[in-house]
Amino acid sequence: MSAIELPGRGEVEDLLYREAALLDEWRLEEWLELLTEDAIYQVPPTDTPEGDARNTLFIIADDAVRIRSRVKQLLGKSAWAENPRSRTRRMIANVRVIGADGDSIAVSANFAVHRMRYESVDTYIGRYEYKLVRAGGILKIKERRAILDNEALRPHGKISFIL
Amino acid sequence: MEKSAENFIIDDQDAGLFRVDRRAFTDPGCLEQERRRIFDKCWIYVGHESEVPHAGDYRSRNVVGRPMILVRGDDSAVRVLLNTCTHRGAMVCRQKSGNAKTFQCPYHAWTYNSRGQLVGIPGEDSYSESFKREDMGLVAPPKVESYRGFIFACFDRTAQSLYDYLAGAREYLDLVADQSELGMKIVAGQQAYSARANWKLLVENSYDGYHGLPTHQRYFSFLADIGIDFKARDMSAPPRQRAVDLGNGHAVVEYESAWGRPIAHWVAPFGENRKAHFAEVRRRFDDRFGPERARRICETSRNLGIFPNLVINDIMAITVRTFYPISPDYMEVNAWALAPIDECAEDSALRLDNFLTFLGPGGFATPDDIEMLESCQRGFANREVAWSDISRGMKREIPSITDESQMRAFWRRWNQMMTEPQIRRARKAA
Repeated sequence: MSAIELPGRGEVEDLLYREAALLDEWRLEEWLELLTEDAIYQVPPTDTPEGDARNTLFIIADDAVRIRSRVKQLLGKSAWAENPRSRTRRMIANVRVIGADGDSIAVSANFAVHRMRYESVDTYIGRYEYKLVRAGGILKIKERRAILDNEALRPHGKISFIL
Repeated sequence: MEKSAENFIIDDQDAGLFRVDRRAFTDPGCLEQERRRIFDKCWIYVGHESEVPHAGDYRSRNVVGRPMILVRGDDSAVRVLLNTCTHRGAMVCRQKSGNAKTFQCPYHAWTYNSRGQLVGIPGEDSYSESFKREDMGLVAPPKVESYRGFIFACFDRTAQSLYDYLAGAREYLDLVADQSELGMKIVAGQQAYSARANWKLLVENSYDGYHGLPTHQRYFSFLADIGIDFKARDMSAPPRQRAVDLGNGHAVVEYESAWGRPIAHWVAPFGENRKAHFAEVRRRFDDRFGPERARRICETSRNLGIFPNLVINDIMAITVRTFYPISPDYMEVNAWALAPIDECAEDSALRLDNFLTFLGPGGFATPDDIEMLESCQRGFANREVAWSDISRGMKREIPSITDESQMRAFWRRWNQMMTEPQIRRARKAA
């Protein structure tokens, strides 16, 4: 069995910082290019952060089709929860390359995502768990799970942008 | 338009006009009255029996602003206990959920068993003979009853039974509960969220068929993108849909829907490989209930509002949703998924997936609902615009789901409960 060559933290940080910038700038089509074709995006419920979306009610459990639909909706006019758009600002820190997980690379990072809308500031705090794969030499996101530390979406109310 | 002193609504049936005073959404005094006249008088949903399946299982949660414990005792009975030590007040249950033989108050170590009886007091010999340990158990709400697994509590000891209170809503709870012979369960994972809006806006929204197309345009585009032809089932065409006043402020809209339903309405995005399985499930419903009731259970969707703050929407999945006002312009919302206990893993995964297409704070619809409610609330700051109009379809013989008769059923009951004490006082004075 050949071991996967793990990327250095710098390369992973470059990817996560670029992702954060694209999301904050609403360049969502470009963000999609960071994902593999079969990528998934999940936000577990606040009371079951380690749950499995197959038997636990998540907040978001997007497969590849739904991620692309979500982006299309957010860039369109009728996603009212984001029209007008929120401002967001992401702080990504404590990036760690955890190790190989099958043919992917497990990465974790802490986040604080501030959402500004109608002069309220709501902060989403938690950690990302990524599974990255290398495709044609480039690191891509195969799985992205945003695990909230917030005990409830209060007063945030919703996750209408891409967390 | 003039409003009499004690009324929040104008209900002019001859003219076909129905208006709601917007102070009902904004006035702190009104909220204080709601707490006493509505939430302390009505049957309030606490939880579902399936959440505490085994002796000693418990859940602690806030219900109408009070910390409560839902617990199955060592005698297998499910109880609701108020989470406060009868000694000096500390909460005796500090975990969200678990299994316990006893609840020990961390402050002075008074210990209660899973039935709520006080079984341990350090230094009990220091109390007088008048102090009776058996009087000092955890307190339960005056009334706790359940209907088909749904557990409710009521703080009015003179209230009618839950069975009578639910009135016409029982028929619709049955259509949900009948989806499994073994019973229904709350699925793991609670969606705990909020809205910066008055709680009654969520009541209105939860069974509002009128807002569907404009507010949820993006959801219907998503359905179209994944190959569901929603125009094939036109929700707006009676008699395939109806709105029903169920009595006591409860109401429902029932309709044929375009989306697939895990029980047991197959649509193409569920996958060809699952078509035969869905047909088999459907056949079992036909055998159990006959084709008419089976069709109703499997193919129609229902948005049910149980007065005052419980919503059970049996749509592309089943959500149980309850909410409570913290202030006139802010509510906390809790939502769960309900599913057959005996559902296979594959069906369960499909159900949860289908749930998330529309529902919840990250779904393709609920965030837009919340946005609209919050937008209404901000709009209410224009006090000069004093009334909301809820007249739609008032002169129609058979109410449609895109009318507002279901909301009028809520508001009439709400107004009656809010104004009755004043009317009684006025009569007494006269």
